[in-house]
Amino acid sequence: MWSYIGKRVFQMLITLVLFQIATYILIDLQPGDVTDLFVGNPNITAAERQRIAADLGLDGPLYERMWNYLTNFYTGNLGVSMVQYPRPVGEILAQRLPRTLALFVYATVFSFWFGYVAGKFLAWKRGGRWEYATTIVGVTLYTIFTPLLGYILLWGFATKLDKWVRNTFGIDFDLPVSKFSSTSLWRKAPYDTNTVFNWMNLNFIILVVIVLLAFFLSRYVPRNRREFLRVASMTVPFALSLVWWIFFSGVGIYAWDLVIHLFLPILTLTLISFGGNMLLTRTSMLETLREDYIETARAKGLPEKIIRNRHAARNAILPVWTALVFSLSSTISGGIITETVFSWPGIGEILVDSVSNSDFPVAMGALTVIGVMTLVAHLIVDIGYAFLDPRIRVH
Amino acid sequence: MTSNTSNSGAQTSSVWKARWALFRKSAAANWALFAENPVGLIGLGIIMFFFLLVIMHPILLNTVWDPNIYNPINGFDPQSPVNPSPPSLRHLLGTAPQGQDILSQLMFSARNEFILAVLAAVVTVTIATTLGAVAAYYGGIVDNIIMRVVDLVIMVPALSILIVISGLFELSIVQLAIVIGIISAFSASTVVIKSQALSIKVKPYIEAARVAGGGDFHIIFRHLLPNLMPIALLYMMFAVTGAIFSEAVLAFLGLLEVDMSWGIMLNTTRTLGYMLDFNTKWYLIFPAGLSITLLSSAFYLVGRALDEIVNPRLRQR
Repeated sequence: MWSYIGKRVFQMLITLVLFQIATYILIDLQPGDVTDLFVGNPNITAAERQRIAADLGLDGPLYERMWNYLTNFYTGNLGVSMVQYPRPVGEILAQRLPRTLALFVYATVFSFWFGYVAGKFLAWKRGGRWEYATTIVGVTLYTIFTPLLGYILLWGFATKLDKWVRNTFGIDFDLPVSKFSSTSLWRKAPYDTNTVFNWMNLNFIILVVIVLLAFFLSRYVPRNRREFLRVASMTVPFALSLVWWIFFSGVGIYAWDLVIHLFLPILTLTLISFGGNMLLTRTSMLETLREDYIETARAKGLPEKIIRNRHAARNAILPVWTALVFSLSSTISGGIITETVFSWPGIGEILVDSVSNSDFPVAMGALTVIGVMTLVAHLIVDIGYAFLDPRIRVH
Repeated sequence: MTSNTSNSGAQTSSVWKARWALFRKSAAANWALFAENPVGLIGLGIIMFFFLLVIMHPILLNTVWDPNIYNPINGFDPQSPVNPSPPSLRHLLGTAPQGQDILSQLMFSARNEFILAVLAAVVTVTIATTLGAVAAYYGGIVDNIIMRVVDLVIMVPALSILIVISGLFELSIVQLAIVIGIISAFSASTVVIKSQALSIKVKPYIEAARVAGGGDFHIIFRHLLPNLMPIALLYMMFAVTGAIFSEAVLAFLGLLEVDMSWGIMLNTTRTLGYMLDFNTKWYLIFPAGLSITLLSSAFYLVGRALDEIVNPRLRQR
């Protein structure tokens, strides 16, 4: 297992360097360089412009400049933004990375889980009106123009639902339509947004780990207490952390602000990937249900629930997990669109922003970070596959 | 000598006749399979509808519509000075913020989408089938190089590359179609087509062709490629879905300099801040947004239906 991971990481590094070389050449293909900005300036002569280019290291041959770029990149120097001038690219990206990462991870996890559960039940109760309705919903979510879905959700939640809640319950939810946090609220905050946000993410990870541990340990407790342990692991830690955030953390209101800003982007991205996952689980589950061992399980007289959850669904998950490899990049693309629609300052938003403002150091940095993110996600999916499929684990 | 050539000519024509008969037979059988599936028919219906819009547009501009008023790019109607205006009898879908007729814009854009779709699909399939067939046929280092390049491109989200490319260069629809075609060729389609080609490569008729003295080139292009066409057609449909979607996203983000497209229409709506006025300005949002969704899902549905014909395993569930 470890040698496999080591080999994959090595391959990933080579892929990354090749990717960077490709993007560098791509950006280099563009005619002109930064000294062209001074062409119209009478105080800066052609000789002066050449000197500026030499100072910036722009006069060397392609391989020399590329070598400079790569060595700088791997020593942590990603260059300086041209639009937000003296700010280093690394700093801009580091500020935004946790957000995009969180958006991507939450949306992927939720859409995979809900898609899996929904597909499982759909395949089980197949036929009739339900099948048509869900297929239409699935295909619509799969092919809908992402910005349109984002705006429909924005309209539905942030204007219609908000108004309805205000009129019926008298609570002012004030669901935000854009941005990562409310500036006016955070002016008095004791921490900055990313600190609180990272604490929230840590909290979420701890919750997930507790649930996974409980599910793992529940195999070793008596049958009649299993359900109790599982339900308790899903509710008690969640309730405890909720209490901590509200009463003891002192930043409850700020955390809530981040949550309501995060809600719609995550919902949009989850819905986009949900359709595909649901349809695929359904197809895969239908295929599994025709296997002989399902027939055998039925003949043995096992309860339907056990056949569905243990025999069928566990085997049906494999093709869905494989498809995750391809849907990862579409989720990342969807993330770029979602961030832009909601003006939610993540890596995708800065990519679009920097490209439209010709801020190429930032654009290249953002592109590389997105590439690294995809590579790591692929690695995790591949490792996860080995855990899901024991036939692979043996080798 | 002369009798010989005429004889061979007759032979070729009879070969073509037989081929044509075979083609018609298999096409009829496949159509019967396709027609069984309501999903594919719905998709085909939507595509036909948009194709009708494409054909109708120049006809309407030459007969009923005054080109000055209904020009999709710079038309202006003096009778409706306040823009955007809601649908009326003169403008069935209302007018855009700069005064163009939205229906005319929609129909004109449909033509661009079809050009983009067909071109991107052809580029994708040409590259993907050639690469897949070559990789499968030669194997070894050729296969390795092609597959590593494919791995590299699969790893990176296509949209982020397209965003950077369209920011760097001013792409026309044709250039964009070629770029999208190339990117989507180096993806799942090449992998799947290669695996299909591997299974064809070991068939007896390939061996027979080689024994009969057929060269590599001849075998790849006369024996491998025709048999890869069904699965290539399938990936063509998915490439079209991707192409329409990518173009719309790029135009929507304001990174594309094409004269008119559905994405540009939405971009105008967005930059002028009408995007959330669903009640009053729906005609600025939904015609274009739904057209993108409908056309790309139509190609996806046709792809799904073709999938069931190409992979008999999926049939009758």
